[in-house]
Amino acid sequence: MPQKKLSVRIDGELISAVEGQTILQAARANGKRIPTLCDLEGLTPVGACRLCIVEISGTDRLFPACTTPVQDGMSVTTVSPKLTQYRRVSLELLFVERNHVCSACVSNGHCELQAMATEMGISTVRFAYNYPKLAVDLSHPRYVLDQNRCILCTRCVRVCAELEGAHVWEVTSRGIHSRIVGDLNQKWGDAKGCTSCGKCVQACPTGALAEKGWAVEEMVKKNDNISSLVRRRGVQA
Amino acid sequence: MKRITIDPVTRIEGHAKITIHLDDNGRVTGTEFHVTQIRGFEKFTEGRPYYEMPGITARICGICPISHLLASSKACDAIMAVRIPPTARQLRELIHCAQMVQSHALSFFYLSSPDFLLGMDSDIATRNVLGVIAAHPELARDGIELRKFGLQIIESLGQERVHSSWIVPGGVGSPFSAHARDRILADLPAAKAIAERTIAFFKGALDSYKEEIEYFGSAPTMYAGLVDTPGNVQFYEGGLRFQKADGEIAADHIPAEDYANWIGEASLRESYLKAPYFKPQGFPDGVYRVGPLARLNVAQQCGFPKADAEFQEFHQRFGAPAHSAFLNHYARLIEIVCALEKIEMLLNSPQILDKHVRATAGVNSLEGVGMVEAPRGVLIHHYKVNEEGAIVWANLIVATGHNNLAIGRSIQQVSEHFIDGTKLHEGMLNRVSAVVRAYDPCLSCSTHANGQLALRIQLRAAGGELLDEIATG
Ligand code: FES
Repeated sequence: MPQKKLSVRIDGELISAVEGQTILQAARANGKRIPTLCDLEGLTPVGACRLCIVEISGTDRLFPACTTPVQDGMSVTTVSPKLTQYRRVSLELLFVERNHVCSACVSNGHCELQAMATEMGISTVRFAYNYPKLAVDLSHPRYVLDQNRCILCTRCVRVCAELEGAHVWEVTSRGIHSRIVGDLNQKWGDAKGCTSCGKCVQACPTGALAEKGWAVEEMVKKNDNISSLVRRRGVQA
Repeated sequence: MKRITIDPVTRIEGHAKITIHLDDNGRVTGTEFHVTQIRGFEKFTEGRPYYEMPGITARICGICPISHLLASSKACDAIMAVRIPPTARQLRELIHCAQMVQSHALSFFYLSSPDFLLGMDSDIATRNVLGVIAAHPELARDGIELRKFGLQIIESLGQERVHSSWIVPGGVGSPFSAHARDRILADLPAAKAIAERTIAFFKGALDSYKEEIEYFGSAPTMYAGLVDTPGNVQFYEGGLRFQKADGEIAADHIPAEDYANWIGEASLRESYLKAPYFKPQGFPDGVYRVGPLARLNVAQQCGFPKADAEFQEFHQRFGAPAHSAFLNHYARLIEIVCALEKIEMLLNSPQILDKHVRATAGVNSLEGVGMVEAPRGVLIHHYKVNEEGAIVWANLIVATGHNNLAIGRSIQQVSEHFIDGTKLHEGMLNRVSAVVRAYDPCLSCSTHANGQLALRIQLRAAGGELLDEIATG
């Protein structure tokens, strides 16, 4: 059955979308960019980072573009001072939550969090840093998980479940105590379910998951590979 | 009893304070050198992957990050139990020599030359690098050019001027290009000419510093530095040699991993710096110095023709070993000559463009020590890791740490000679600061933090009341 066509306005411009698309998908299909962080093309959107928030006429609430479906006649604003302010606050809170020391990080210069902060013009953070004491899991022979750099986007969780089918990663606890854990809170090296495919590493937007042995700035993620793999396999998000 | 405090000492890298105690007649009865920052790198690197250590520890210092990268990467090489490709070794030496040039140029031209070009007693408002540019534009320009030459090599190899991450465990990040090599070779003659001009100028002016040479930390001490098997000065490779104050070799060719058998570290009450000493001699008799003067003292020669001619002249004039800390400035210039000759040799090496520059391996040893000569002297990184490669323990011994006690003694000597507490003036106190600068201490390195540079000198009576105060921004 052919999908129903919808008419939507994005930043004043009339575009046509398809029923079932999210605002983000519709925007992208029409060459419009909305900032995202937890989203990775091909994986189920979860709305974790709140960077993609947009305004919708007729309501005061802000909506994440990655999880909100388009509706006929919808009028969406993706750029406004209010949105910029909210996006910046979200990013700053990500920075204070854990220990993001870019200068000593393998992903320095290739980090989506860092790039997004640069794009938003963040040079200082207005909130007090949390400085949690967090472990680095070096038990896997090839990869390393550094909780200090994790922003809980859950791309690793989703890519492992949806694409590799291994379901190794999960999120434990709640709120600020949330952590990525492997195989019922085992050390990564002991996680029997892990196939060592490395998809989680490539999907991770920061230096939280990295290949071992790289020096500062050397870890370049290939998350395009993940998206093209999804397309080739026809996995439905 | 009165007390003078110099806090902080200016034109050094980092933050330090000096206290001078005077008796009622204004004579110096004692001095203390306090390093007022705390180091924390050993603590907060616990749990980090060992291969991150070069990147983390390089951030200790913006002046000599290359030294930390090298010492740290060598320690990591040892943990991986690899022998790095020969070209990687040469490239590491090349960037290290470039750093030696730029760091020594910074110390000589920017930080210390105001004292000896403008005078220890000259107006404090202009006694800085800007004053030098105004009074001696030629020399100032030379200094800037020479530093730029070193920085350009660092940039062309490491892609960044200050915090390059090109030196990595197992070797270096990428091979060298013929284009970059040829550019450096083209600039080399000008750099050599500057080095020769400056050293000729400095030798001509030496007679005006007789008093400084005599009283600036001239008490004999032991020395330590790296040498190769025939006894040439080494910056990157080589074993550690200890020399007694009379010139006799006390211990020789000590490999990095044996350092702890020879070097003890004493904690001091008045400073966050620990005081290393030569173990067989005990503390405090085993106090030794490291750095440019120490390197020229322990070695038989530099191993390059121009530098060796200077080396011989140096020892003919001031003896072997030469003891005055003021001569560090002279030694720095000789080392610049030596480093430039070494750069030339390395650039002309047939292997320098080879593409094999990185060895890879996992954890093959639970402990590793890396030792190099930083511009300010011997630098040691020592790590212990668990089976997974997480750091469980780290110890860094930094050049200024080795010199800690000697700096204290030099301050005492200078204070006794130059300070008269009955008529205090800034020039006297500048000499006290200048002796510290002669060591070019990097206190951000040795305590692994940083601070502001401003000068406050207070003269206090025994009861603590303020008698006199001189301050600068
Ligand atoms: S991209 Fe939509 S919430 Fe993260």
